[in-house]
Amino acid sequence: MGSDTIARWQFGITTVYHYFFVPVTIALSLLVAVLQTQWYRTGSDRYLRLTKFYGKLFLINFAMGVVTGIVQEFQFGMNWSEYSRFVGDIFGAPLALEALVAFFLESTFLGLWIFGWDKLSRGKHLAMIWLAAIGTLISSIFIIAANSWMQNPVGAIYNNGRAELVDFGAVLTNPIFLTQWPHAVIGAFMVAGGFIAGVAGWHMAKLAKQDKPVAEDVSAFRTATKFGAIVMLVAGLLIILSGDLLGKQMTRVQPMKMAAAEALYSTETNASFSIFTIGSLDGSKEIFSVRVPGVLSILAGESTVKGINEIKADYAKNGFTQGDGKQEVLQQQFASKLSALGVDPTPNIPVSYWAFRIMMGLGFLTMIVGAWMLWVTRKGAMPKPGKLWTTMMWILPLAPLFANSFGWIFTEMGRQPWIVAGVLPTSFAVSPTVSVADVWITMILYTLLYGTLAVVELGLMFKFIKKGLPDVAPVEQIVDEDAPLSFAY
Amino acid sequence: MTLLDVTPTTLQALWLILVAVLWIGYLVLEGFDYGVAMLLPFVGKNDKERRVLVNTIGPVWDGNEVWLLTAGGAMFAAFSGWYATLFSALYLPLFLILVGLILRGVAFEYRGKRADWAWRNRWDWAAAIGSLLPPLVFGVGFANFLLGLPLKNVTILAGATTVPVFDGDKLWAGPLFGLFSLYGLIGGITFVLVFLTHGAIYASLKTKGEISGRLKKLAVKLGLITAIPAVVFVIWGNLLPKLPGQLDSLRTVAWIAGLLGLVLFVGAIYFIWKGREGIAFILTGTTIAMVAVMIFAQLFPGLGFNNTGLKVMLDITTASSSPTTLTLMTVAACIFVPIVLLYQIWAYTVFRRRLGVENIPDEVDEPVVVGG
Repeated sequence: MGSDTIARWQFGITTVYHYFFVPVTIALSLLVAVLQTQWYRTGSDRYLRLTKFYGKLFLINFAMGVVTGIVQEFQFGMNWSEYSRFVGDIFGAPLALEALVAFFLESTFLGLWIFGWDKLSRGKHLAMIWLAAIGTLISSIFIIAANSWMQNPVGAIYNNGRAELVDFGAVLTNPIFLTQWPHAVIGAFMVAGGFIAGVAGWHMAKLAKQDKPVAEDVSAFRTATKFGAIVMLVAGLLIILSGDLLGKQMTRVQPMKMAAAEALYSTETNASFSIFTIGSLDGSKEIFSVRVPGVLSILAGESTVKGINEIKADYAKNGFTQGDGKQEVLQQQFASKLSALGVDPTPNIPVSYWAFRIMMGLGFLTMIVGAWMLWVTRKGAMPKPGKLWTTMMWILPLAPLFANSFGWIFTEMGRQPWIVAGVLPTSFAVSPTVSVADVWITMILYTLLYGTLAVVELGLMFKFIKKGLPDVAPVEQIVDEDAPLSFAY
Repeated sequence: MTLLDVTPTTLQALWLILVAVLWIGYLVLEGFDYGVAMLLPFVGKNDKERRVLVNTIGPVWDGNEVWLLTAGGAMFAAFSGWYATLFSALYLPLFLILVGLILRGVAFEYRGKRADWAWRNRWDWAAAIGSLLPPLVFGVGFANFLLGLPLKNVTILAGATTVPVFDGDKLWAGPLFGLFSLYGLIGGITFVLVFLTHGAIYASLKTKGEISGRLKKLAVKLGLITAIPAVVFVIWGNLLPKLPGQLDSLRTVAWIAGLLGLVLFVGAIYFIWKGREGIAFILTGTTIAMVAVMIFAQLFPGLGFNNTGLKVMLDITTASSSPTTLTLMTVAACIFVPIVLLYQIWAYTVFRRRLGVENIPDEVDEPVVVGG
């Protein structure tokens, strides 16, 4: 295996792993803030208990998100030094701003939220979780602006042997960013909504088995079920919309990615969308497929969708061009260098094809389960405990979580062979001084460490999910210096 | 081509200073939470005592660590050539730092989640080891920057571009043991011990009762032990041969900062011995800042690399980002660094109260709440 292949595997593994924790961090922080706001406004114990219950699960998740996130910032320089050197003038700024503007906000105010229950007034304490949640959102803005630039390198020129920033406004108004950011954030809300609903639904089934379940517990979990499921369903509807907008932009700037998503080899007018294909995806053989006529053209927003073969021929003749034949300034200025590198512009088709379908399939599945759950628990009804219900409660958080993973796998694998679309090929971006052995060593140790931590994290999650809603007893802000704190690690 | 083929611009000089400021913020702040965590299994005799220690840093450690992320991000944004060459040069050492940061972060958050001594003790050791690795590796690293890491030129993009990268073969083929020369090791030991002292003083400042007194005595002992390698690190570091392009004026600054740091450190030992932990803490903090100034003064212009014999060099001008990016980042830093400082200071005042074992609630799981 070449050093770029193993470095890609490492980036893939550590990033997909990191992204197991990111959606919950982004969206659950905000949803917990909403629950706490409800408590602040109504004074109802129900919302306080829900705030604390989901707040604790959020924090167990958050710790993992933080520590695996540090790896992300370091590994650009460690494994991808020539990428970092080439794009640092543009890509470094959002990363630095993310730390300066978002991470400080997130970490400082979350510390104040966790430990500040008996030190701050109710209003101030509520502001802490909102500021932390806003921090996570700002963080997502910067990192997705950075990623979108890799998909569509706007606002840059080729100068001094590297990409240089000329227009930061263009980076922040990149059409890919404007569609990808909402898509990713809404995806996070599907996960967090599904998580809240799934956990609450599991508890409802547990309560349904009891002879005399505590009425407060039932009503609290019913609230959470509804809240989570509705958030998830609204997010689900919005994600279709944002995905549609993103797909059209993607087709425009990265036509090859859309062709790979459908494994469309020959250009088609009124292109059909295959839900399922058996056969070889290299276009040579198709045994069986289920097709919906015209749908791919709708997704792409163009009646004629270019096929892989035609895009490849275009590339051989004109270099990298977008769907409308145009190039960004950076792509245009780098084109002569690029032609000397001899790159095959085709991504891995089976991965792109299936990741795209799994993403959508899991998303739709989540929405169906969520709607069904609302139906079953309507008008005060209790769910029927059993294997079916439990399975559905597992699907609610996990299906959208994996949909997020596959969405990113599609976005990043579909961008290949480019690390910066149409400019820098991934294989030329790897660190020349880091040996294959070095990467293997860290790969094995990351795997062991991440594997162990996953077991620990899941163990704690289950422990605190099972424990259920905490009892709360209001106490005053503590003034006595020797009195026990109301909360301490 | 020679080093500093072009004169560094004001923006480039400013950003080297700003990167230094961010590193100082990291070393001074996270320095004490490294120290407290390293002491955790040794000073905390029982669970309550350990929880006292954990809670002195619990609300603030994560915010302290962001100074490191910001420093790294600033190097990426302002000196991408430096970030690229340095981070790929120190591949395995940086990996050790990451492992440390992962272990300690999870340890703080998870130790209290089970009421089980074996579980907690294990996490306390993870916190201690995870807090030992970063200062140890950074200490070795900074010492090597003063020695000057060797570079070579390689061509990339099928010969289109030549870049300066780390020459590991040259380093390991030298008379010293690669990164682990005697001076490198002294750097590592000095960083670890300084942070231990800094952490012990911080913990004594944030605690009350018997444990605070014990920490003061320990801080005096640690301070005296630390003084020996610290003196060697500072003096040797200033006597090292001049790297290509280094300025005499900045070498003088390094001397002054280093010696001032040592004097402040002696002051810190004196004041903690006298039981004045507040002043002692300010003094260890400024000691760390001074040593960082000493190091960064010597990073001009080669950024800790030895450019001897290179065609394409790595220095503050060649590694730097474009004026557009530097201007953008300057505006952002001028707005946000003061805001961050304000709210972090406020966070410290919210948690200003000293903690004793009597403040630690029996049950860790469930906060009962809430004030009004």
